[in-house]
Amino acid sequence: MTALAAPTEPQEPAVRSPRTPRRQWLAVLGAAARTTRGRVGLGIMLFIALVTVIGPFVTPYSSTAIVGSGLPFAKPSAQYLLGTDVLSRDVLSRVLDGGWVMLVMALCSTVFGVVVGGAAGISAAYLRGKWDGIIMRTVDVVLAFPQLVFALLFVSIIGPKLWLIVIVVGFTQAPAVARVLRSATLDISERDYVKAIELQGVKPVKVMWSEILPNLITPLMVEAGLRLTYSIVVMAGLAFLGFGQPPPSPQWGYMINENRGGLIGGNVWAVVAPTILIALLTIGTNTFTDAVARVAIGIEGRPQEALVLNEAAVAETTLGETA
Amino acid sequence: MAVAVAPPPARSLRWSQQHPLFALVIRRTLVGLLTLVIVSIIVFLATEVLPGNAAYAILGKTSTPARVRALEQQLGLDRGLVDQYWVWFTGLFTGHLGTSTSNGLGVWAQIEPRLIDSAVLVFVAGIIGSVLGIVLGAMAALRKDGWFDHISAVAALGITALPEFVIAIALIILFATTVSHVLPAVSLIPPGSYAWNDPKMLVLPVATLVIVIVPYIQRMMRAAMIEALESDYVEMARLKGLKAWRVVFVHALPNAIAPTIQVIGLNFLYLAGGIVVVEYIFNFPGIGQGLVYAVTNRDIPIIQFTVVILAAFYVFMNILTDVIALLATPRRRIAR
Repeated sequence: MTALAAPTEPQEPAVRSPRTPRRQWLAVLGAAARTTRGRVGLGIMLFIALVTVIGPFVTPYSSTAIVGSGLPFAKPSAQYLLGTDVLSRDVLSRVLDGGWVMLVMALCSTVFGVVVGGAAGISAAYLRGKWDGIIMRTVDVVLAFPQLVFALLFVSIIGPKLWLIVIVVGFTQAPAVARVLRSATLDISERDYVKAIELQGVKPVKVMWSEILPNLITPLMVEAGLRLTYSIVVMAGLAFLGFGQPPPSPQWGYMINENRGGLIGGNVWAVVAPTILIALLTIGTNTFTDAVARVAIGIEGRPQEALVLNEAAVAETTLGETA
Repeated sequence: MAVAVAPPPARSLRWSQQHPLFALVIRRTLVGLLTLVIVSIIVFLATEVLPGNAAYAILGKTSTPARVRALEQQLGLDRGLVDQYWVWFTGLFTGHLGTSTSNGLGVWAQIEPRLIDSAVLVFVAGIIGSVLGIVLGAMAALRKDGWFDHISAVAALGITALPEFVIAIALIILFATTVSHVLPAVSLIPPGSYAWNDPKMLVLPVATLVIVIVPYIQRMMRAAMIEALESDYVEMARLKGLKAWRVVFVHALPNAIAPTIQVIGLNFLYLAGGIVVVEYIFNFPGIGQGLVYAVTNRDIPIIQFTVVILAAFYVFMNILTDVIALLATPRRRIAR
């Protein structure tokens, strides 16, 4: 019976774009920047970037010096525009000086996480078999730790070293990237042009690098954006808990914590200013990433599904790792 | 004439095919246990091997050889590595986890009340957040592209990006300090007592966690509900002339909740890590706060145990979510 049945045709995946053009990532970013969400997100990101980059050069006072009366929590005045903090330091100077280290660290750990996770995900899907098993089980183990807890574990051993925080936070971002890129690679590695290249005897590493990777640029961009947002969230959280730069140097996360006593009757701005900057930064990166994701799904040729798919996908990929 | 009697097909099926759900639960549980053993090895090796000598690291510059030796004995550092791991690993089940290096109290005695307080926090926040997310998601789907849908979409995009402590600080400013004083800013529950003795202390920590998780559940519920409302069976129910509320509550809603359960499970997973910062801010005496204090004091026995507990919660919550999602969608129960 079964022998007589017609052999099932291999299901041909509907080939949408045979090869991704070289500059597609620029086109996607450009299209995203022209949407309303993209414009808002990009605007906020640029504003914060300007504050963190130019800020350290235009501080009215030294960000670590005790100024004014020496009493904590002076209210805002013409002399100290945002008042002073718990140790009577100028809040405006500390805010202007307190963002760039975290931003650089978050960018570094995002790059680390995307590179490690991307390499793991693509290799797992392309090499299959044994490697797929090893890589994805490793991913499961790393995912069993809540992100912040994993970082705390290593900080508790080695101490709050900045390079350590960059590597550990980046490492906890990698599993999510690996999962997304693995499923994207599974689809691409079945396409005819990949098979054709393989038949020519090209080495797996080269196939992955020059045939598969260029087709993963859009999911990579979306993942990088999400990972950047969560890197900032985790870094700021670690700084808030006191595991960041050592105390006298200003940083937004720890400023919120150390000035909490000023919320009652003191200088509220010492807490509010860094809180608003962190909130704006993460909202900006998240909003722009959302715009990129929407454009990317639209380009894939299923605009009618874009909304539902995007929300489900974003919910599934971003959750769980936020912890 | 002779009719070949086919053997009853059920016999030829393997046990795992007859009971796919049980097979799945058992397989996932075994994989989960294996993951946890690996997690415990990582936690153990990380805290015991990496720093060189943990005893020296704890005592720091003030250490004298005698004190280092005493602490080494307390931590079991004078034994072999495998031996040390085995003693610790079996201790996870018997409760003999040694003593805290910062105050000398038993690890289990110290963590147990914290664990109960954290569990209360996680489940109260998780349940309120799930119900709220489902209701708000269904509302947005019913009035798709209406004002509520648009506002909730923008709010969700903003809130999902925020760190927990930003939301917590905003709530503290609004309700506990600057704007009004209706709620306590920090909990005054001493460690070792229970949260339900003073429910008012739970309000802000729970509210923070609810605000963090609701947008995810709301977005997923909205997407699933829109799909359900556009499906053939809902169309059929409408054409039969059923009342609108009946179509929504009996036909669309249950089918939309099924895919949402997965996201609810993921949110409970998030809570396992999210409580760390939130408990610390509100001075809530749970394991998250305990972990932060332990990391500050390099209290290794407490850190080890807390991380393993959180990982165990993570792994088993994952399995539970999969099983419930499977039970909620009958057609997926068979083909796996």
